[in-house]
Amino acid sequence: MNNFTYQRAATVADATAAVYADARAQFVAGGTNIIDLWKYNLTHPARLVDLNSIPTHRGLDATDYGGVLIGAFMTNAETAYHPLIEQRYPLLSRAILAGASAQIRNMATNGGNLLQRTRCYYFYDPCAPCNKRVPGSGCAAIKGRNRMHAILGASAECIAVFPSDMCVALAALDATVHVSGPSGPRSIAFQDFHRLPGKTPEQDNTLQRGEVITSLELPAEGFSQHYSYLKVRDRNSYAFALVSVATGLTLDNGTIKEARIALGGVAHKPWRVTEAEAFLHGKPANEQAFAGAADILLRGAKGYKYNAFKITLAKRAIIRNGMMALNPDSQRPGAQPSA
Amino acid sequence: MTATASVGQPINRLEGKLKVTGAAQYAGDYPVDGLLYGYVVNSTITRGKIINIETRAAMTLDGVVEVFTHENRPKLAWFDMQYADMDAPPGSVFKPLHDAEVLFNGQPIALVVARDFETARYAATLVKVLYQAEAFAACLDDNLEKARAPKIGMASVLKPPPPKPTGNFEEAYNNSPVKVSVEIKHGAEHHNPLELFATTTLYEGEGKLTIYDKTQGTINNQLFVANVFGLHYKNVRVLAPFVGGGFGSGLRPQYQLFLCVLAALQLKRSVRLTLDRQQMFPFCHRPQTIQRLKFSADENGRITALNHAAIGETSQYEDYTEIVSDWSHRLYPAPNTLFEYKLVPLDVHTPIDMRAPGGSTGMHAIECTLDELAYALNTDPLELRLKNYSDLDPSKGKPFTSKELKQCYLKAAEQFGWEKRNPIPGSMTRGNKLIGYGMATGIWDAYQFPARVEAILTAEGKLILNNAVTDIGTGTMTVMTQIAADALGVSLADVTFQYGDSKHPFSMFQGGSAATASTGVGIVMAAKALRKKILEKAKRIPGSPLKGIAGDDLVFGDGKIASRHDPSKYVSLGDVVAANNGRPIKTTNMGKPHLVKLRKYSKAAHSAAFVEVEIDKDLKTINVTRAVTAVAAGTIVNPKTARSQILGSMVWSISKALREESMLDENLGKYINPNLAEYHIPVHADIHALDVIFADEKDELINELGIKGVGEIGLVAMPAAISNAVFHATGKRLYKLPMHFNELLENETVSDNP
Repeated sequence: MNNFTYQRAATVADATAAVYADARAQFVAGGTNIIDLWKYNLTHPARLVDLNSIPTHRGLDATDYGGVLIGAFMTNAETAYHPLIEQRYPLLSRAILAGASAQIRNMATNGGNLLQRTRCYYFYDPCAPCNKRVPGSGCAAIKGRNRMHAILGASAECIAVFPSDMCVALAALDATVHVSGPSGPRSIAFQDFHRLPGKTPEQDNTLQRGEVITSLELPAEGFSQHYSYLKVRDRNSYAFALVSVATGLTLDNGTIKEARIALGGVAHKPWRVTEAEAFLHGKPANEQAFAGAADILLRGAKGYKYNAFKITLAKRAIIRNGMMALNPDSQRPGAQPSA
Repeated sequence: MTATASVGQPINRLEGKLKVTGAAQYAGDYPVDGLLYGYVVNSTITRGKIINIETRAAMTLDGVVEVFTHENRPKLAWFDMQYADMDAPPGSVFKPLHDAEVLFNGQPIALVVARDFETARYAATLVKVLYQAEAFAACLDDNLEKARAPKIGMASVLKPPPPKPTGNFEEAYNNSPVKVSVEIKHGAEHHNPLELFATTTLYEGEGKLTIYDKTQGTINNQLFVANVFGLHYKNVRVLAPFVGGGFGSGLRPQYQLFLCVLAALQLKRSVRLTLDRQQMFPFCHRPQTIQRLKFSADENGRITALNHAAIGETSQYEDYTEIVSDWSHRLYPAPNTLFEYKLVPLDVHTPIDMRAPGGSTGMHAIECTLDELAYALNTDPLELRLKNYSDLDPSKGKPFTSKELKQCYLKAAEQFGWEKRNPIPGSMTRGNKLIGYGMATGIWDAYQFPARVEAILTAEGKLILNNAVTDIGTGTMTVMTQIAADALGVSLADVTFQYGDSKHPFSMFQGGSAATASTGVGIVMAAKALRKKILEKAKRIPGSPLKGIAGDDLVFGDGKIASRHDPSKYVSLGDVVAANNGRPIKTTNMGKPHLVKLRKYSKAAHSAAFVEVEIDKDLKTINVTRAVTAVAAGTIVNPKTARSQILGSMVWSISKALREESMLDENLGKYINPNLAEYHIPVHADIHALDVIFADEKDELINELGIKGVGEIGLVAMPAAISNAVFHATGKRLYKLPMHFNELLENETVSDNP
């Protein structure tokens, strides 16, 4: 952990200007990931711009279109337990609470959740080759211990996965990310926020230098009647997903009117395939239909030495979670599979 | 007033409040004025040489005091013997900063010392090392052809090679109607005690050091420091009053102790060195092990032949061994046996004992194999064990000092509800979960080491007992106080046990489930001797009201010695000290095992574990929903701390069977999950109903207290019970620990055209 300059930003404009001006500056909000990365000698900011004194973007407001605008500087815990989220977007609440630990959720902010880095073992080891950490150094995971790694959308340069639970729900809910930067505010559709690794795995997302996330907007439809978040992992809490599934459905007499399915733990970004959702349209909500959707979602899936099981696991998790969504009461604490 | 017996009472930990309020100080906590802080640089290659180590950038950083490397270290002892601690296996001990050779990944190669921790840590990143890397071997699986017999040395006394074959295994096995053959792989595990490894060395003037160290053996480390640095052992004091878990990782002096002392002596300053979690991974692990077992039985379920061959890993410089393959014959009689144990030297650091070393590895394989044998015989697994139950130790033909294993089986089976088990795999379900019941047996040695204890009646009239043993979180201090109170005939409040300090009389390192019996017997000896001395002095006081009263009719308590029958006749402890010219009354006595008497016996603690698992029918995720462990370990000094020991090892059993995994990357030659986020130990949500039963076991032979120790025994049976329950639930056996749930998934094709 190197020496650095610390500054508090009073406004979003201050913050973006400070980070834009210094190529080695970074924002800090909850600090639940960046401080670890720093202590592990993986990141070396020369300037830390603290967002915690900025009074705005800390609340949750209804929008004119029947949706909500969630402040980026709110904590994950405040968001998950907010009555509006619990009632209208329970899928988001469940997904947040399936992640990290209570202590971390109390510190971590919503904006920061989108920006957390992968948990690839090799990314975390400053001595190991890693194209995401040091472009061009290689990928130790492809031929290494890749139990947690991607089965979809990976490249020869990187098979890391994006670890967030919250973002899997945000993807399913069709969120919009509002950001502010040196050239003003802009909005990014959630599916366009995170990117696949391709030849440039060092870039996790499409944020530009100096841009900060200010809020997350959810549209009116929250799938609050038929939803489920299932997280399959190596221990029952405080472990990243091997496979997670966020499912939201609207039903008409047992027939699916609208379906959303997003997968976590399988790719460099939350994985959604609109064709799979379209496939479910008008189908009876049953295992067979979800299996069909799973096959579309998992098209082109490729396993490695230690993670090929994820293909089968993901298919079964998609089916189970579809069935759990029909009866949200069947969900168990910690996004465990139904009893 | 006669003190009621303390032994057998569920006394709360006497230091509990200090620990839960944060008042207890650990090795890296002690406030010291003018302290310097160290940070270690670890090698990033697995094998090779350091060509150049560039420290200038680190040295010029403001606040950096010194960077020690193999190039500028002081002259030190160089004989292996001088580095060899009490727990050193045969071979040549690893000597930090000795030369340019890199023997394993993460080897400490430099120490940065600075005025604060953050500066030292940053400076460590500025040390640039040029290596000449060489080919290495780190994976046991890929190097089995290098397996050879272990070297014999001092450590072989406690860990002898497997016994000689009996009968004719091959013939008996081939001719038996029922036989099973199994191969089981265990990955490496790391101890990961919650407290990080740390040493605070107080420089007390030329050649004199006081050291707060994270260790399981204060005297072991005192002698190590004295030998290596050429100091008089009386000038080296090692303290470890509070230890935040050890599990074996603190049995040997670890590299932070060596480097911290080196810096303190060279700089003539007090120095603290705390290791990161990932810096613990290069010095302690349970070895990777591969086991092959072949058991056979006759039609009636009597075992006819036992073959157990184990191959473990060790480093290139020491032969670390475990007792892995001998255990089956200490439980089950068989006329034909063949046991083998070999080592493969790899480019790793030397493994070190980790809770139930060898036993938890070997018994897991044995009890899984026995479960297979039960299925092959179409017999209930518990029935098979009862059928082959032996009151004698079959491997030695000697009786046990005590063996209440049958009681463990029956009590635990009843409490668990074993009779409700439908033996057909996959036959029991609950909603969309498969239910599995599994059971297994546990056995662990009952060790006792010599221990010297000093007992004092102080000038202030207080009763104190001293021994160098640590309390690694097991409750040692509390149980020793209980034993001392009973031996003196006083209540708990009247006696103080001082420990965790090398200035006190000798104790071995705290390991092997031996501490309670070892120091406990020492306490009995010293307390009895002190009591006798005090009584003699009390009676000799002129006009003593106790004159003529027999020793047995005198009771201690409330700071006095009184007649049992007439409490008005008493002498205060203060009067006794006064009669001794105001000087304390002291005695130091040795407690030691009765080696000659015990030669006729075998001695062991036993256990039985019963487990229920719940496995998702589709996703295959595994949960241990219920478990009962019954333990026969002689006298239970403190049922509360003993229960905590067993509960802790039951949680560890779940961890060992399903969670813990040191992931070795064969290409890099290192563990790539060296942190508690990715090295999974169970969380609360993984732990469900756990029950502990202590069998009623009176052992009049084993030692003065009838104690066997409970540190290890809880971890020996339950991992196999979990494996067996997984088989019962699914009909599929997983031959690798930890068991990954996904190995239960049948491969399913994903259609491209739904």
